[in-house]
Amino acid sequence: MISIENLSKQYGTARVVDDVSMTIDPHTITVIVGTSGSGKSTLLRMINRLVEPTSGRVLIDGADTAGEPAHLLRRRIGYAIQSHGLFPHRTVAENIATVPELLRWERARIRGRVEELLTVFQLDPATYADKFPHQLSGGQQQRVGVARALAAEPNVLLMDEPFGALDPIIRGKAQEDLLDIHRRYGTTVILVTHDMDEAFRLGDRIAVMSAGKVLQYDRPAVLLTQPADPFVARMTGSADRALKLLSLTNVSEAAKPGTAPGPPIPESASLRDALSELMWRGTESAGVIDASGQPAGCVTIEAILAHGRAH
Amino acid sequence: MNVSRRTKFDRLGALLALFALIALVFMPFVVAKANRIVPGTSLGLLAAVPLSTAIGVIAAVLVAACVAVIVASPGLRLASATLAVVIVSLAVAAAGSALTPLGNKVVRIAPGSGFWLLLCSLGLMATDAITRLRPGPLLRVVLLLAFVGIALAAFAHGTFDHLSVMREYAVNATRFSHEIAQHLWLALGSLGTAVVVALPLGVLCHRVPRLRGAVLGTLNLIQTIPAIALFGILMAPLAALATAYPLAAALGIRGIGTAPAIIALFLYSLLPVVANTVLGLRRVSPAAVEAARGMGMTPAQILKSIELPLALPVILTGIRIVLVQNIGLVAIAALIGAGGLGTFIFQGIGQTAIDLVLLGAVPTVTLAFSAAVLLDALIEAMDRTRP
Repeated sequence: MISIENLSKQYGTARVVDDVSMTIDPHTITVIVGTSGSGKSTLLRMINRLVEPTSGRVLIDGADTAGEPAHLLRRRIGYAIQSHGLFPHRTVAENIATVPELLRWERARIRGRVEELLTVFQLDPATYADKFPHQLSGGQQQRVGVARALAAEPNVLLMDEPFGALDPIIRGKAQEDLLDIHRRYGTTVILVTHDMDEAFRLGDRIAVMSAGKVLQYDRPAVLLTQPADPFVARMTGSADRALKLLSLTNVSEAAKPGTAPGPPIPESASLRDALSELMWRGTESAGVIDASGQPAGCVTIEAILAHGRAH
Repeated sequence: MNVSRRTKFDRLGALLALFALIALVFMPFVVAKANRIVPGTSLGLLAAVPLSTAIGVIAAVLVAACVAVIVASPGLRLASATLAVVIVSLAVAAAGSALTPLGNKVVRIAPGSGFWLLLCSLGLMATDAITRLRPGPLLRVVLLLAFVGIALAAFAHGTFDHLSVMREYAVNATRFSHEIAQHLWLALGSLGTAVVVALPLGVLCHRVPRLRGAVLGTLNLIQTIPAIALFGILMAPLAALATAYPLAAALGIRGIGTAPAIIALFLYSLLPVVANTVLGLRRVSPAAVEAARGMGMTPAQILKSIELPLALPVILTGIRIVLVQNIGLVAIAALIGAGGLGTFIFQGIGQTAIDLVLLGAVPTVTLAFSAAVLLDALIEAMDRTRP
């Protein structure tokens, strides 16, 4: 668990981060979203002390982060940035091995970890381990950047606009990968972005920042249905907010007992995808199956639409 | 289609071929002098060497010229130009033997302007062909070593012994090896001390931007002082130092000689190394440094394993500039008694013995050229980030 307590950062007269307090549950993805200059990056960089707070403190699992040298703290926390920051004179494998080398892991353990991560990120070790960053595509460089951040098995991963430099298709894939990685390793992820869609896609919880303050910090659905502030309402209140809300809910929430003809829909699919599927088929309802493939009731267009209305 | 790809009119080749032909037809191949200082008689190729040798030279030069103008293949261009260089060099050696009466050590047979222009044009044809072959760093070093090796073997074998420059060498053989060692020691010693000082200074200038302007400004100012003037400026304080402190004198510090030369060369060496260190460090991607910091590297680790390795090619470029510059400047340091190959140059000028000047100048140019080739190859081999 990460506790941020009354954290502030002041540059001259400008208060970039203003008395922020929030608690981040372990094994969740928290997205800090805001416009440029909102202080979201500064807030993130105070967690690994790339920026030293003016006042307030950060506790990780109860221990004050100010209690140990900053560089040792940073070795325990993964860090990935927008332009990936790969070392151009080091191979992919050497890049990924950076923090394990700093922690003086044994060679065999480092090699094993590098191969594991390359495989997880769908980069064949035999092909990619000895390549240099400039020989990779933008999407591959970004994946290596995230793999490097995860190399020393950190419990916490900080990501500063990690997908900002990618084109929309590659970005979608990278977001998908991040969700997979998160499921696999259970790392606590704190991600900064200016993209509200990205926040809704990834975040278990979303913190909306403006002018150094966190205006609202809650589950995505709550941000949509009960915005705490006009700014939050403006940020979340796009024309597709009903669809956004549907995309946050699983089919299992709207499923009722019964059966329906046609191919069934997995209960882990979002209501948005289910709605799209039913519209495409031109039917009113479809069967639902659970993860093991067993029937789990049925879902109707009407039930789906009910979930998309403002309550 | 195929023919047009294999043959193509080459403008640079045509120019060099034209120079080679002018040199061959209109200019003296050798100059024969009764002794080392009287003006000599110019002899054309046909007058200088036996007919069979002359025909060989003409054939080789014509082939190289034609290939340079129309053949596209860099391999063929290199082969024909190199062959012509070898044949022309052997011909000038043959002229030396043919024109020197047996046992006569006073007659001087010097290569004429025609020979030098031929050598120059053919040499440029060869280097141009090498450039077109795009050899890797290792191959370039091998080519250099082969060239130097063959030349040294020819000298050791005595091929050129009857030529005037080698006559001067025969007289000065022991001094020659001493002066070339002194030349290298002055150039490398000043470079070494400069790197030891300039590298940390460059890192400091990078870290403290306020310092950068002042340091680079001062070093720029030093660079504008002419070498002779700087030697002169250093003479007085060093002489005073030696007089005031016997210990300094015992250490070899005097107004003239090695001490002022090393100090002046050291001062000249600072700017290129400091400036390139700053430039190289500034060129390092800020994202890489930010990531290194974010992953928990200490500032010393970032400098050692990220910043310096990434800046190294640019820093080495600065060192290359300094080395080539110093090898040239050391020649001037002979004026203040520092020794080196410049000694022969200035003695030669004093005695109007052009052969003695060449004995100093040709090795100086060869050293500078070799240093440039070696360091360029090193820089290319080190730069792993080059796409």
